Amino acid sequence: MDLKGKRVLVIGERDGVNGPAIEACVKSAGAQVLYAETLCFV
Amino acid sequence: MTRFPAITAVANVLAHAPGLVRYGSKPLRDLAADPGAWQGALTARLRSYDAAVAYPPNQAFIGNRDPETLRELPRPWFTAPDLGASSDGAFGDLIDETELLGLLKLCDRARLVQMDAVTLGAAGVGLARRGLVTPDEMTRLVPAADAAIRTPIASGDAIPLWLGGEVRGSIARGHEEDEALTANVLLENLAAKSTGVLALRRLLRQVEHRLAPDQIEFVLAGSEEAVGDRYQRGGGNLAKAIAESAGVGRATGFDVKSFCASTLYGVFNAAALVQAGIFSRVGVVAGGSLAKLGMKYRAHVAKEMPILEDVLAGIAILVERGSDAGPCIRLDTLGMHTVAAGSSQQAVVEALVMAPLAKAGYRLRDVDRYATEMHNPEVTEPAGSGDVPTGNYRLIAALGAMRGEIARDAIAAFISAHGLPGYAPTQGHIASAVCYLAHALRAMRSGKMKRALFMAKGSLFLGRMTEAADGVSFLLEA
Repeated sequence: MDLKGKRVLVIGERDGVNGPAIEACVKSAGAQVLYAETLCFV
Repeated sequence: MTRFPAITAVANVLAHAPGLVRYGSKPLRDLAADPGAWQGALTARLRSYDAAVAYPPNQAFIGNRDPETLRELPRPWFTAPDLGASSDGAFGDLIDETELLGLLKLCDRARLVQMDAVTLGAAGVGLARRGLVTPDEMTRLVPAADAAIRTPIASGDAIPLWLGGEVRGSIARGHEEDEALTANVLLENLAAKSTGVLALRRLLRQVEHRLAPDQIEFVLAGSEEAVGDRYQRGGGNLAKAIAESAGVGRATGFDVKSFCASTLYGVFNAAALVQAGIFSRVGVVAGGSLAKLGMKYRAHVAKEMPILEDVLAGIAILVERGSDAGPCIRLDTLGMHTVAAGSSQQAVVEALVMAPLAKAGYRLRDVDRYATEMHNPEVTEPAGSGDVPTGNYRLIAALGAMRGEIARDAIAAFISAHGLPGYAPTQGHIASAVCYLAHALRAMRSGKMKRALFMAKGSLFLGRMTEAADGVSFLLEA
């Protein structure tokens, strides 16, 4: 998937891949992060 | 090696609370929004007490089976009840809801709980039979007439306490305007206090042959509730309130807060107080989270399974000056997820697993068991939340593979040998590693285990003050 120039909403998970980690990845791929949050499912 | 403070006793307790599930955060919000849509399904899917006792993960929690044995059972586990299961566990009791209501009344020092005589009488008999109360302290409780229970409910000053579909009591608000003292908030706080008292009293029973309650000098509490008022929401010190109601009269204490990591923080801080010579005996206690009852009930209803989040948990841990009596907490190799560590999963596992092992001079396979977020997957998977402990074990093993300690094709075998199936109710600060302390203590005392690592995570970001998570870990060594 080409993320360059795309606007992204990030929802991460504490025990999986968290929000800041996803945000760093998609930013490095050229995306604009509009919103990022980490959830805890327990 | 320095002899560090020892864990000498642990109590794991459960309280069946189907009548309180409606006051869990998720059911409460759903029922307020659309009672007709959820009331029937919620009631129909609640389990009986016998089913909760016979549920194999609950039997593992109170110590009547080792968690590892759950792997041998067919899934779902609620279709494989433990025949002849007892509510009297090796580590603690699984009390019924009558006993829980009696305990709420016993622990209510603000006289906000009203309860009928039949319920109080039956609770007193049950709790006394378990050796958790004296008959005298229960008979001193004053029962309420029907009007005293129902009138404040009708006026909106109190909320009902249910038992088997009937209103048997009520709990009133503590102030007319204070949002920190509504009846619902106070019920959460009192449920945490009462199950903490249940755990601490059970722990005292375990050690009564050698210790009197007043020989515990300090108490730390890891419960999740924000006990306080409008000027000090979360003001705290449930620790002292629990100590008071458990008869630990010569102690004071304080609360430790870090979301689900609180109780594990409490354990090593207790060890630090003992190691420093300030106290020789410290109790760590945590009561259950009412807010998390029925947290994933919608998924359970949709899958036509029982609502499994119907129990409150409690735990009490005794930390004493190092002796040959118990495995010790390696204070020289604590794992800390520092601010600078960053939030990637790799950084978390480095901080909580690899760093303490490196300090101790161990490799991954030198640790017999890793206790992490021990949530029962049967609760979480139907809601799409996955198998949380297995996810954490995969992260540990994957990092081990990256470091060349584990072959990639040996990851599953590593998890099987050094991990555990999840068995704890989703009661965050108790499911988060500490619920395995009792099992580890038993295994180390019988010579079956040398070393276990306990790691807990706290979801600080949920409080909106940071994007960071937190975590802490320690090695327990025979």
